[in-house]
Amino acid sequence: MRWRPRSILGGFGLTFGFTLFYLCVIVLIPLSAIFIKTAGLGPTEFFAVALSRRAVAAYRLSFGAAALAAAINSIFGLLVAWVLVRYDFAGKRIVGALVDLPFALPTAVAGIALTALYAPTGWIGALLPIKVAFEPIGVVVALSFIGLPFVVRTVEPVLADLGHDVEEAAASLGAGRRQTFVRVILPAVLPALATGFALAFARGVGEYGSVIFIAGNLPFRSEIAPLLIVQQLEQYNYAGATAIAATMLFASFAVLLAINLLQAWDRKRMASQ
Amino acid sequence: MRTLVGLLVLVGLGTAPALHAETAILNVSYDPTRELYKHIDLAFAADWKAKTGETVTINQSHGGSGKQARSVIDGLEADVVTLALAYDIDEIAAKSGLLPATWQKRLPNNSTPYFSTVVFLVRKGNPKGIRDWNDLVRPGVAVITPNPKSSGGARWNYLAAWGYATRTLGAAKAREFVTKLYHNVPVLDSGARGATTTFVQRGQGDVLLAWENEAYLATHEAGGDAFEIVTPSISVLAEPPVAVVDKNAAKHGTTKVAEAYLRFLYTPAGQEIIAHDYYRPRDPAVAAKYAGTFKPLQMFTIDRNFGGWQRAHKAHFADGGSFDQIFEAAKR
Amino acid sequence: MTTSPPTSPTTAEPRWVRWTLIAVALAFLVVTLALPLAAVFAGALARGLTAYRSAIAEADAIAAMRLTLTVAAIAVPLNIVFGLAASWAVAKFDFPGKSILISLIDLPLSVSPVVSGLIYILLFGLQGWGGEWLRDHDVKIVFAVPGIVLATMFVTFPFVARELIPLMLEQGRSDEEAACSLGATGWQTFARVTLPNIRWGLLYGVLLCNARAMGEFGAVSVVSGHIRGLTNTLPLHIEILYNEYNYVAAFAVASLLAGLALVTLVAKSLLEWRFGDQLAGGR
Repeated sequence: MRWRPRSILGGFGLTFGFTLFYLCVIVLIPLSAIFIKTAGLGPTEFFAVALSRRAVAAYRLSFGAAALAAAINSIFGLLVAWVLVRYDFAGKRIVGALVDLPFALPTAVAGIALTALYAPTGWIGALLPIKVAFEPIGVVVALSFIGLPFVVRTVEPVLADLGHDVEEAAASLGAGRRQTFVRVILPAVLPALATGFALAFARGVGEYGSVIFIAGNLPFRSEIAPLLIVQQLEQYNYAGATAIAATMLFASFAVLLAINLLQAWDRKRMASQ
Repeated sequence: MRTLVGLLVLVGLGTAPALHAETAILNVSYDPTRELYKHIDLAFAADWKAKTGETVTINQSHGGSGKQARSVIDGLEADVVTLALAYDIDEIAAKSGLLPATWQKRLPNNSTPYFSTVVFLVRKGNPKGIRDWNDLVRPGVAVITPNPKSSGGARWNYLAAWGYATRTLGAAKAREFVTKLYHNVPVLDSGARGATTTFVQRGQGDVLLAWENEAYLATHEAGGDAFEIVTPSISVLAEPPVAVVDKNAAKHGTTKVAEAYLRFLYTPAGQEIIAHDYYRPRDPAVAAKYAGTFKPLQMFTIDRNFGGWQRAHKAHFADGGSFDQIFEAAKR
Repeated sequence: MTTSPPTSPTTAEPRWVRWTLIAVALAFLVVTLALPLAAVFAGALARGLTAYRSAIAEADAIAAMRLTLTVAAIAVPLNIVFGLAASWAVAKFDFPGKSILISLIDLPLSVSPVVSGLIYILLFGLQGWGGEWLRDHDVKIVFAVPGIVLATMFVTFPFVARELIPLMLEQGRSDEEAACSLGATGWQTFARVTLPNIRWGLLYGVLLCNARAMGEFGAVSVVSGHIRGLTNTLPLHIEILYNEYNYVAAFAVASLLAGLALVTLVAKSLLEWRFGDQLAGGR
């Protein structure tokens, strides 16, 4: 390497080189296959497939359900994080550990368990007046399961680091507890909450294993975008499958970018305090 | 990159069973035949051992027929394919050249050692009073059938409904009929087995459109009289074909075993297993023996009613075909 | 990671508010998390212990277990090596494009598992770029174990790196630079100074990576070929059992993975509890 980074530590060439190599071989080259294959389609054909009415319905479901689930997770995730950080109660440690269950549990296991629970014959499904399994709302339920730890784990450290002095200052100035929460605590937590939302959303959009059992898979109604990709594959329409995959990848990149920008904003804010 | 590939290959070979000591063939099949081929494979292995002294292992893969065909085209090295409809094997021939386009003529009965039809499975007592196809379009009846885009069984279901409508209501009204039917479908599984699970286990729907053998199997698995089979007045003659995948078998050196395996399906022993597992056998003697199980019904064929699978597929299941249009219209 | 409740009455909520919030949070968690877990075990034991045992001991299940373990045994160490290399390069040096690199490492997290499998079909499938060459040389990648390993590596790629990078960034370079100035070689520095500092973060990342590697479904489903006894991992085997009306067996095998998840959670909590200060604060 002509240019060397300024450091007395060795090993840059080796580690950086290996990192790039591994990244290329495992991630970048395979991913580029999607774009190269898609590029084989002309622009008209690409938009015809990627924006076909069925695809749009699928995006609407995948993105819509992911957004709704992420929103639910933001509210309840904040609540759970708050309760875990601020309060003490019996079994708190167990609850804290349990929050990570969706990270550790395989998606297929979650899928069959949730379907069993919310089907009309299931423990919860039998109690509810509305049909959950095989309807779009079932997708929201599954994605809420998947996304919860993203929000809790992102918000918890921020809540924990929140000093009490600002709250006490607000209280001494006459703010009620609720006012303090809305005007002091919430703004401080907002970047982390937004990051958690974005992470849960990004994960939910592409989720397959836990949703495929509980979704109805009806085109135009309860068909998730990843399933549509699989369908196109099974019709030997590789270009169609990659077109939809490419569209979803673009959306994911955008969300990833937003997350990184959010985190940079947060770091800058923290640094300035 | 080469070393990485090599490493991975070594691992792959290391974890695969020792294929050198015995012969192994891969049968890539469609969804509902799991139980059938479990029995066939045992019987054939014993038969082959007795005849040639060679031990043969038959590996099975099951999934939606279209999905399985796609996998073979993508490189899944099936020695034989036993799929739900001739169209899927035609596609393998056309898109990968692994077997000749004339494959269907090589075995008797258009390469279909067993056939079946589409019947209705209803809950005990048939509470919605479903007797025939026209009951399926009544409001308030929930019909379970898989997605024709990925499931071979679903395509037979779809064409059976279409054929019924053509014959009883006229060709002009057929599309309307099938649209109304799909209006009543709450969930689309990707495979025939998934649909049966949804109906039987998840308690969805009032009636399941199923392969006859699936219906029987479900009734027995569920036990008791939880479900009843309703045979409609007319249905489609469903002929799931089998074929040796020439280039793969030649590559593995298993052509002889693969051919013997498929021929076994036509022997009395094979036909007996087939009938026992609720597939309608071709052998007249075995059919007579199991006459009680299989109700006679009028059946129409794809060739006569739809001009063959190529045309049927283009008109109905290709992108923009009647299924796509119907589904858009049925979107609620 | 946790602070004690505020003692000052001006910044504490009234008790009834506190307990209501706890109750609502717990109710939400029970419904969302605990019930599905319970459903798995209830389904597995629905027909008693003998049915459970025979489901686990069945030949195809054991083959699936072996495959899952093999795949994890290859994918996880490779991703560990990558994670160590990447975090060393990122944390100990300054170079342009660092944030791009970090974003690229995060990429697989936002790719749908189905797409993760699809890309390998496009590359190595018979109709793909390398397909014909591979077939002529009898190298099986997709629809065989190597394809499953690759897809799993793709999906679990970021986990170790994501744990180590912030941790090593936080820890800085002073320790390593001190060691270097005292005459230690690069490897010595790494082994004796860096590794001990990051060992709990590393373990944490390995746990997550492993859990995901053993549980991956979507990506493996696309590349697997579903050959019973040969290319079915545990999650795929669960799907097969489920599709054969064998719900008890499906849940029985699922309970194995659920059990693994619980072990992962316990190990994670222990790590956080004892060594929380040595793990990165933000994630």
